[in-house]
Amino acid sequence: MSDKPKLAMYWSASCGGCEISVLNIHEHILTVDEVFDVAFFPCIADFKVHHVESYPDGYIDVCLWNGAVRNSEGEHMAHLLRQKSKFMVAYGSCAYEGCIPALSNLTSKEATFNTVYFDNPSIDNPNKVLPTESVQVTEGELTLPTFWNTVKSLDQVIDVDYYLPGCPPEPPQIWAVLQVIVGALLEGKPLPPKGSLVGHSGVAVCEECPLEKSEKTITKFFRPYEIVPEPGVCLLEQGIVCNGPATVGGCGALCPQVGMGCRGCYGPLPGVEDQGGKMLSAIASVIGAGEAGMDEHEIERQIEAVVDTIVDPAGTFYRFSMAHSLLERAKVNGKGE
Amino acid sequence: MNEEKVGVYVCHCGTNIAKVVDVVDVATWAGEQPNVEVAREYKFMCSSLGQELIEQDIKEKGLTRVVVASCSPHMHEKTFRGACERAGLNPFLFEMANIREHDSWITDDKVAATQKAKSLTNAAIARVVHHQPLEPIPVEINPNTLIVGGGIAGITAALELADAGNHVYLVEREPSIGGHMAQLDKTFPTLDCSACILTPKMVDVGQHANITLLTWSEVEELDGYLGNFTATVRKKARYVNEEVCTGCGICIEKCPAKVLDEVFEVGMGTRKVIYRPFPQAVPKYPVIDKENCIYFLRGKCKACELFCPTEPNSIDFTQKDEILKLQVGNIILATGYDLFDVKRIPQYGYGRLKNVFTSLEFERMVNASGPTDGKIVLRDGKTPPASVAIVHCVGSRDENYHKYCSKICCMYSLKFAHLVHERIPDAEVYNCYIDMRTPGKGYEEFYHRLLEEGTNFIRGKVAEITDAPRIPAEEGKLVVQVEDTLIGRQRRVPVDMVILSPAMEAKPDSKEVSQLFKMGCDFDGFFTERHPKLDPVATMTEGIYIAGACQGPKDVPESVVQGAAAAARVAGLINRGTVMMEPVRANIDQDKCSGCRICNNMCPYNAIVFHEDRHVSEVITALCQGCGTCVAACPSGIITGAHFTNDQVFSEIEGILWDVRPEKVLA
Ligand SMILES: Cc1cc2nc3c(=O)[nH]c(=O)nc-3n(C[C@H](O)[C@H](O)[C@H](O)COP(=O)(O)OP(=O)(O)OC[C@H]3O[C@@H](n4cnc5c(N)ncnc54)[C@H](O)[C@@H]3O)c2cc1C
Ligand code: SF4
Ligand code: SF4
Ligand code: SF4
Repeated sequence: MSDKPKLAMYWSASCGGCEISVLNIHEHILTVDEVFDVAFFPCIADFKVHHVESYPDGYIDVCLWNGAVRNSEGEHMAHLLRQKSKFMVAYGSCAYEGCIPALSNLTSKEATFNTVYFDNPSIDNPNKVLPTESVQVTEGELTLPTFWNTVKSLDQVIDVDYYLPGCPPEPPQIWAVLQVIVGALLEGKPLPPKGSLVGHSGVAVCEECPLEKSEKTITKFFRPYEIVPEPGVCLLEQGIVCNGPATVGGCGALCPQVGMGCRGCYGPLPGVEDQGGKMLSAIASVIGAGEAGMDEHEIERQIEAVVDTIVDPAGTFYRFSMAHSLLERAKVNGKGE
Repeated sequence: MNEEKVGVYVCHCGTNIAKVVDVVDVATWAGEQPNVEVAREYKFMCSSLGQELIEQDIKEKGLTRVVVASCSPHMHEKTFRGACERAGLNPFLFEMANIREHDSWITDDKVAATQKAKSLTNAAIARVVHHQPLEPIPVEINPNTLIVGGGIAGITAALELADAGNHVYLVEREPSIGGHMAQLDKTFPTLDCSACILTPKMVDVGQHANITLLTWSEVEELDGYLGNFTATVRKKARYVNEEVCTGCGICIEKCPAKVLDEVFEVGMGTRKVIYRPFPQAVPKYPVIDKENCIYFLRGKCKACELFCPTEPNSIDFTQKDEILKLQVGNIILATGYDLFDVKRIPQYGYGRLKNVFTSLEFERMVNASGPTDGKIVLRDGKTPPASVAIVHCVGSRDENYHKYCSKICCMYSLKFAHLVHERIPDAEVYNCYIDMRTPGKGYEEFYHRLLEEGTNFIRGKVAEITDAPRIPAEEGKLVVQVEDTLIGRQRRVPVDMVILSPAMEAKPDSKEVSQLFKMGCDFDGFFTERHPKLDPVATMTEGIYIAGACQGPKDVPESVVQGAAAAARVAGLINRGTVMMEPVRANIDQDKCSGCRICNNMCPYNAIVFHEDRHVSEVITALCQGCGTCVAACPSGIITGAHFTNDQVFSEIEGILWDVRPEKVLA
């Protein structure tokens, strides 16, 4: 290989959208190709793990890791790539915060397996076969990685240098971050401090959202299909759960502009520990129920009635951030691991 | 952060802490924690010597942070902040761990208590390194004071302040000031005539140049903070023009409509529809009871207007409620009490057995200007009773109603016994009591006087009052069924009249009032004082004071003491002119606010403004009280509560969980 900086990208528990997002930076991908040598990128090039193992430590300049870590293979690869890479970037929401895979932290590994291998309507598994970690065949032993009970974000497994939020990250942000890295590698320009969240606006999505905002009092929440939002008006005020105010911008507020409440994929603002908790607290603050002097139980009942209109609060407010939140996971059958 | 030098001081509090917590162990252990420069234990940290320890270490060892593990911050946070300040350390670089109220006082388990003391101390150490120096905020005190409630407590407070040259707004809900005391006949134990001692004070209030008296009025809204409150007061329409009315009372005489007076006469008498609650009412102007006024009901009558001799006529049927905005620096609440509804104890028969009376009804009856001209008679209005039973503790000291003792009922029940003896010398009087509670100057002596007057005292809780006779002697009588615990026998006492002495209760609206004034009330509805012993007239809200029976059952002398005490507290603040307020305030990062406006209608003090031009929200520091509501509400986490930053709070949590959760809470 040439002496160009080396780029790697690897996936663990994820959907693959992050890989596509890298390729989706349009013509800039040519620049990437020009600047970097690809050292490992299973989605687009045929590399094997033993190639990586053969590299000297720190050989890879930048490794973009996407996906949460939920089994022993992911953990092994995370350690290996950490060792071989100068900069480890948690790329996209799964690596950064756990994202959709980490919603299974609300339940147990067994329950997840039951759903995936037995209960899903499309499953036909009369012999109740479950994947096993080791099976003997004539050719020898076949193994599968150990599946964990808890999904972790990348930084719960290895040391991470930068975080790039988004599900997936938006092309302009990806390109901006790559430019910074390239500038540093080729021209010795300064890098942001280690541990920084990069590729975002630093202010909540609402800042980028053109909808008109007023003081808020919400008396009922709607699921997107239940309401046709009034154009030009903040969705949250109309009772559509929008995580915009609890989510760092940079995405360009794409979702609220087409009438879909912000899902929250960019994660919390820097300095906020728990995006779901923050949004819940905000929602609780603007619920319109009761009036001064009303009996406490009655107020409680009215608040509950409004809150009950939020379907799946955990999935709504912690959709992306479960693993990285203060909660990390739910206790299931008295166990928290 | 790691350069901070923390001094940790673990207090024994005599034996209050040291008898359960191994303070030496806690101090030694604390000395080994990161950032801790010195850790000591001492018998009384709050003593001068204890404080000097801190001052000395700050100076000699260059401490940059101080932790005292002792009692509640309510007790001594100020003390220790003072010690830091004297040694040149910003007082906010101090943190207190409460190992007394939260630890040694709640368990005998020495091992667990010592472990918890370590957790609490560790939390304070972890927190204090994140503290930032803060400067107090000066606030000017508006010298005007609002007093709510014109009973004896409110009257006393108003006169104290006004006599000292300060302006007072006295807001009273009823048409006249006076409160319950105006309804009483004689007052125990000296038996002075209630009206004779009260009316001169009422008149003083009415005439005082420094008092704006607003009767028939109520506070509807309160904004602001210590030194700068704005109260919105509704002055209800009286339909009488106070500017011209001379209070001659001809209108009252001529008004053809009479109704039952449920308030002042507690249903014992009637009043006209245009009325003054009682002859000595202050102010003297009558008020029209719109609900019952013939003119308002049927559009015809106007007798009052016809006979009113003033020019121009004082009656004004077009008068509207007035809304006043009062600017005041301090507020004293003296809203008094109510009586327990005796119908809640059906076996006592009130309402069903006509000769069962309440204490207030009896007060009105014995009052010379009351509905029976002071004669003690049965409901028929003419027959004097030959025997009277007075039932103490009705709804007080009773698991089913109020657990507390109402404190004054024993005394006024004795007063009633005396009055019956005085007016009907031959009558038999029975006082049924659980315990006789007469602490107070001259009170026990009054009880002894009654013992000599021949009152029959029965020690026992009354089970039932019935008109169903079992023997001929009970025929036509009310029978009081009571266990006489002194002789260990059930007794049935036949009498002509029964007087129930109901519990003193918080006003039914006390909860709303406490919310309106943003201070607390307890489970029973009485307003909560800042400290039950050391600060009985202040509340947890700066600038709001309480006096009289709204704080708990009280007799007149105690209500007067509290009224004067609250006035003295307010006068002290007025004298100072400016006070320094805690700089614990919220702040919105103007660069990071997205203008989502979630916080905009959150602030209970209306301290948040939204700038339409810049699309950001901002906290007005002078209005902010540091309550933290908006800090919790801002989903972007960009409102910071000074002294309660994320770093500080999370480190405190980490510190407290040191033994159960070794990993950091923060990633
Ligand atoms: C039967 C009986 C006999 C008693 N005899 C004696 C005795 O002999 N000696 C003695 O020392 N004590 C006696 N007491 C106790 C005495 O009545 C009280 O101690 C005293 O009245 C308490 O005064 P206060 O000002 O705190 O309350 P109150 O007298 O209740 O005055 C409160 C005032 O506030 C007004 N108010 C309430 N809420 C509001 C509001 N939201 N806005 C505006 N105004 C409001 C009320 O209309 C009232 O005028 C007796 C009590 C009873 C029931
Ligand atoms: S729609 Fe969502 S993103 Fe837009 S202003 Fe409202 S809350 Fe913020
Ligand atoms: S500081 Fe608190 S705990 Fe210590 S002696 Fe004083 S009162 Fe007691
Ligand atoms: S809640 Fe936070 S982001 Fe939203 S307007 Fe208020 S301060 Fe700004």
